[in-house]
Amino acid sequence: MPSYLFWLFSTIMLIGGAAVVAFRNPVSSALSVVTCFIGLAGLFIGLSAFFVGIIQILVYSGAVMVLFLFIIMLLDLKDEQKRAKGFAPLAAGIGLAIAFVVQLIGVLSRTPNKVAPPLDAQSLAAAAGNFVPGTKIAAALKDGRLPDVHLIGHTLFTQYNLPFQILGVLLLVATVGVVVLSKKQAE
Amino acid sequence: MATLNDYLLVSGLLFAIGLAGVVIRRNIIVVFMCLELMLSAANLSLISFSRFNTINGLPDYNGQMLVFFVITVAAAEVAVGLAIIVALYRSRQTIHTDELTSLKG
Repeated sequence: MPSYLFWLFSTIMLIGGAAVVAFRNPVSSALSVVTCFIGLAGLFIGLSAFFVGIIQILVYSGAVMVLFLFIIMLLDLKDEQKRAKGFAPLAAGIGLAIAFVVQLIGVLSRTPNKVAPPLDAQSLAAAAGNFVPGTKIAAALKDGRLPDVHLIGHTLFTQYNLPFQILGVLLLVATVGVVVLSKKQAE
Repeated sequence: MATLNDYLLVSGLLFAIGLAGVVIRRNIIVVFMCLELMLSAANLSLISFSRFNTINGLPDYNGQMLVFFVITVAAAEVAVGLAIIVALYRSRQTIHTDELTSLKG
């Protein structure tokens, strides 16, 4: 990814993130989270993680944030805008964040930097030898394309088959739990 | 070209923003959104490690698998958490963390 695109998307992401904390209205905060996630998806796609970038938009910006907006609408929060904030939590939050960033910069300035290894047609064609010839993955790699979704599916259903099925059970449990939690309690 | 440290720095900044939001804000829904920001910051560093550490000329797909699982678990967590918030609002009529003091003794 060219440098200016990286800085553009990371600026969108960071401004969106800061706006989440700064806005008083929860609806504005939710929409800022969507902005932040769109910048993040741009970064993912720039890192050649196309599937995860699309999932980020569909699941996070699409489903999760709409769920947040629904709950904000259901709870009908109006009077929280005029509340004054205390000084202590503000100072604690900013102090914590600054301490974290200073520590991070200290660590990053000592670790060796790394440039992205090339993912051009030549290196992709060389990687095609590791897959069974004639499959879609091998054919796409030979053409110099990165079959991102095919590779993720291949990894998911071979190496990560058991965690994937456990994840299905987790989603079922969460669905049942949400239904039980949001049922009106019979008094 | 952006280097690995650039991505890690941006991811750390997003994490710091989320952390500050969790401490500063009192609306429990916004606190929950800031938790999502922190999860996404972790995802960004995972994806950049996956891209910058190629295995046999391809990105390390184990990292992207972890991100996939994190996103799915986060979706389940949001659903359960929001249901808890709705139940809390029903019984207490508030979602401000400084008014929820029944555990204070």
